[in-house]
Amino acid sequence: MDKKRKLEILHLLHENSRLSVETIADMLGEDPQEVAQAIAEMERDHVILRYSAVVNWDKVESQRVTAVIDVKVTPQREVGFDAIAERIYRFPEVSAVYLMSGSFDLQVIVEGRHIKEVAQFVSQKLSTIEHVNSTTTHFLLKTYKSDGVIFDDQEGDQRLVISP
Amino acid sequence: MSTIHERLSPVVRNLPPSGIRRFFDLANQMEDVISLGVGEPDFVTPWRVREACYYSLEQGYTSYTSNHGLPELREAIAAYLENFHLQYDPMKELVITIGGSEAIDIALRTLICPGDEVLIPEPAYVSYRPCAILAGAVPVGVETRADDDFRLTAELLRERITPRSKVLILCFPNNPTGAIMSEDDLRSIAQVVIEHDLFVISDEIYAELTYEGKHVSIASLPGMKERTILVSGMSKAFAMTGWRIGYAAAPEEILSEMVKIHQYTILCAPIMGQKAALEALKHGQVEKKHMVERYNQRRRLIVKGLREIGLACHEPKGAFYAFPDIRSTGLTSEQFAEGLLRYGKVAVVPGNVFGECGEGFVRCSYATSVDQIQRALERIDRFVQSLK
Repeated sequence: MDKKRKLEILHLLHENSRLSVETIADMLGEDPQEVAQAIAEMERDHVILRYSAVVNWDKVESQRVTAVIDVKVTPQREVGFDAIAERIYRFPEVSAVYLMSGSFDLQVIVEGRHIKEVAQFVSQKLSTIEHVNSTTTHFLLKTYKSDGVIFDDQEGDQRLVISP
Repeated sequence: MSTIHERLSPVVRNLPPSGIRRFFDLANQMEDVISLGVGEPDFVTPWRVREACYYSLEQGYTSYTSNHGLPELREAIAAYLENFHLQYDPMKELVITIGGSEAIDIALRTLICPGDEVLIPEPAYVSYRPCAILAGAVPVGVETRADDDFRLTAELLRERITPRSKVLILCFPNNPTGAIMSEDDLRSIAQVVIEHDLFVISDEIYAELTYEGKHVSIASLPGMKERTILVSGMSKAFAMTGWRIGYAAAPEEILSEMVKIHQYTILCAPIMGQKAALEALKHGQVEKKHMVERYNQRRRLIVKGLREIGLACHEPKGAFYAFPDIRSTGLTSEQFAEGLLRYGKVAVVPGNVFGECGEGFVRCSYATSVDQIQRALERIDRFVQSLK
């Protein structure tokens, strides 16, 4: 299957990972077997890493906190930022790590049940790692939009049932 | 003494109400209805376009514009039309209207002398016939057929031409059938049009929603620009139905007369809508492309689904409608649509409202989500099976 078609499959799955192979095949005018094969290939090649739902956790978990932590580190010879990033992203509390340009080096997203848990992680684990020079922790107060999805979107279908 | 009703215009009194209206009333009384009955995008106008409108209001753009519309919008439309090999002088050959509907109305009123005949390939958009009648014309249907992909042919057209024929209204991609026309088709039509000295009102509102082949405007063919009024607008391609921004492009000789009607009745289209339309044309291409891609995917889904249910369905290659043949159920299109609404809770539009040759078909809009399409198909399937 060509690259353009594979990209279309990825866009469809990214928007709704519950779409069946048959539905995707129908939407693209492709053979279901070829679609299944393309998806399997992209899973094998780690293009598709996982199928998940975008959840508005605020609606179900009042105790959940998310922290965005800016981290300054000293890069190491030969491995640059990769080794230190790996030491950080291996912690189960860490949900994301990005290498950044600008005034800090790594952005670390940490999720915990309460502020104290995040504070303990930052002070006892993250800050004490060798080559970590400083951390600045921001607590996330409300999610308005994530992964391209607007939370609490009020734009319902306002159209009449029948129109010309 | 005559009643108030008797004193009203007989032309208006004798106009039948839209066939869609009854279904609209019926569907509105019911709950949990999945609607395949809407003739407009399910997307909300792209944010950048809405934001441009807010900004224009903040800047105090609340005045009239020229009767023709904002010059910068006309320039943007002229530049956009060049993509279809059309050259129009934005200052003399373009007018911004209240949707494509107004453009059709003023075009007909400009062209028609009482008793002239207007040729309308059918199934056709519901407003063409009434607009022709209101302009003083006699509408003449030109029936197209499903087994010919609802294309208009020169032969079909020729059969309905009389000495009184004056105007041909084209609508391709077509509402309700989704039919498109190839350049060869249009060349044959153009030959007949020139031979019989007809005018053409070419409604190209769905031009962007052409999924197979490339949209060709009849105005771009030799000898046609001078006798064609091209009508289009922002509604379908940019999901801007409620903004009511359309336009007409025509040679100055015709357009200047159309603008007289426009200036005495409408004056000008709302400035905030025109500002939004400008943003859509200049920067809305990415969003438009995304929407068109989605319609195309849904088109394949619904056509395959309808065929699997056992309803023959020609391949719609444009717009966002499937027009399945429901004659195998033994019901008329009204009976089918009403039964499906009452017992299956799916709203579709009976084909006969688009002209007599639409009988035996229903219009299913796929401008709705994949989930809704799949649920609707399941319900249609149950309804069709229950008839056996």
